[in-house]
Amino acid sequence: MCLGVPGRIISIDESPVGMPMARVSFAGIVKEVCLAYTPEASVDDFVVVHVGFSISVIDEAEADRVFAYLREMNELGELEIPQPEATP
Amino acid sequence: MKYVDEYRDAADSQKMLAAIHQRVTREWTLMEVCGGQTHTLIKFGIDRMLPEQVQIVHGPGCPVCVTPLEMIDRAIAIARMPNVIFTSFGDMLRVPGSETDLLSVKAAGGDVRIVYSPLDAVRIAEQNPHREVVFFAVGFETTAPANAMAVWEAAHRGVLNFSMLVSHVLVPPAMEAILSAETNRVQGFLAAGHVCAIMGYHEYEPIAQKYRVPMVVTGFEPLDLLHGTLMLIEMLEDGRIGVENQYARAVRREGNTVAQQTVSQVFMAGERKWRGIGEIPASGLSLRPEYAAHDAELRFAVGTITADEPAECISGAIMQGHQKPHQCPAFGTRCTPERPLGAPMVSSEGACAAYYNYGRVLA
Repeated sequence: MCLGVPGRIISIDESPVGMPMARVSFAGIVKEVCLAYTPEASVDDFVVVHVGFSISVIDEAEADRVFAYLREMNELGELEIPQPEATP
Repeated sequence: MKYVDEYRDAADSQKMLAAIHQRVTREWTLMEVCGGQTHTLIKFGIDRMLPEQVQIVHGPGCPVCVTPLEMIDRAIAIARMPNVIFTSFGDMLRVPGSETDLLSVKAAGGDVRIVYSPLDAVRIAEQNPHREVVFFAVGFETTAPANAMAVWEAAHRGVLNFSMLVSHVLVPPAMEAILSAETNRVQGFLAAGHVCAIMGYHEYEPIAQKYRVPMVVTGFEPLDLLHGTLMLIEMLEDGRIGVENQYARAVRREGNTVAQQTVSQVFMAGERKWRGIGEIPASGLSLRPEYAAHDAELRFAVGTITADEPAECISGAIMQGHQKPHQCPAFGTRCTPERPLGAPMVSSEGACAAYYNYGRVLA
């Protein structure tokens, strides 16, 4: 139910009723999305979209954090991949 | 797809899994409170790849599953009325009420329509000024801003034939209900990322302190869930309590304050019954009195319906982490997605449906 899909804003326009609306591309599929809750979002930003509303602008620096952690662990040589266990 | 595919990378997931295996020294029981996370954990087999000492139980994280039976019956009663167009997200349609479900009402000639966004329901109301258009507002904090905006827009544009049947629930009171139970065995929480994208996570901090548990705000992709699990296990192993944020690319501590303002203008908190669990104080949202004209419960006199759960369904025990779906005697036999006894077997996000669909029948 709380599904949020990340998409890139390709254009922003004002709808006739005054709600800020944007066209957002989800890997090529384009949908109209309400930007009322992320007024700071601009074209080319990635936003998390839930039931037609943008709820958060994705922070690119934070998005890399998990990979930075993995690189760091790799350099320390601390990650040995466990052997898969047999499952029933 | 950017911000999705890279978080599903198998090699990176194996590395994160290795880190979890290295870190665990004893048994831990963790809980997620999000149907989307339940789905990812089971679909990708993460629950089976974690060390044996780590058990993830699935909390009441599926709004469809916790919507009380009498609310489904109210929805059905309204949907059957002759002049009504009843609109809903798709996953509510097959949830069993005490006698039937919304899809059967549609099959019998009722005008029941699936919408993608609550704003679509407002559009339908504008296009059908002589019909009553009702939207079934079910969801957690993530969905509340969208539903609040639909009511706000209908009120401000004078769309008087639009109303909402509200069954909104809030996550923190449910976490407290689980943590305060004598039988609680949950030692740490993976907090749901998109709920926190709206509400932030400052309201979790006093709960973490009060019950002495760690929590990690976590995203929805496999690598997010593994990273969140690792962070939570590190907190548990180190004896740290508090709230950390794995999903920082989308969640800030204060949340989305613009959305919070609209929600508090339109909705107010109140007691709400959770299917399988019971009444939890201040755990739901209802429309404020100034939006009473758009409140379907006041507009259609169906508020007195009461109903009992099917005795055989153990969804309450499952959603409180006491039992797993396949431990239910009816699982996969008398209760299947085609003929469900309870809501968690219906919704694609329900724990029982996830276990059934991804082959945990013989687990």
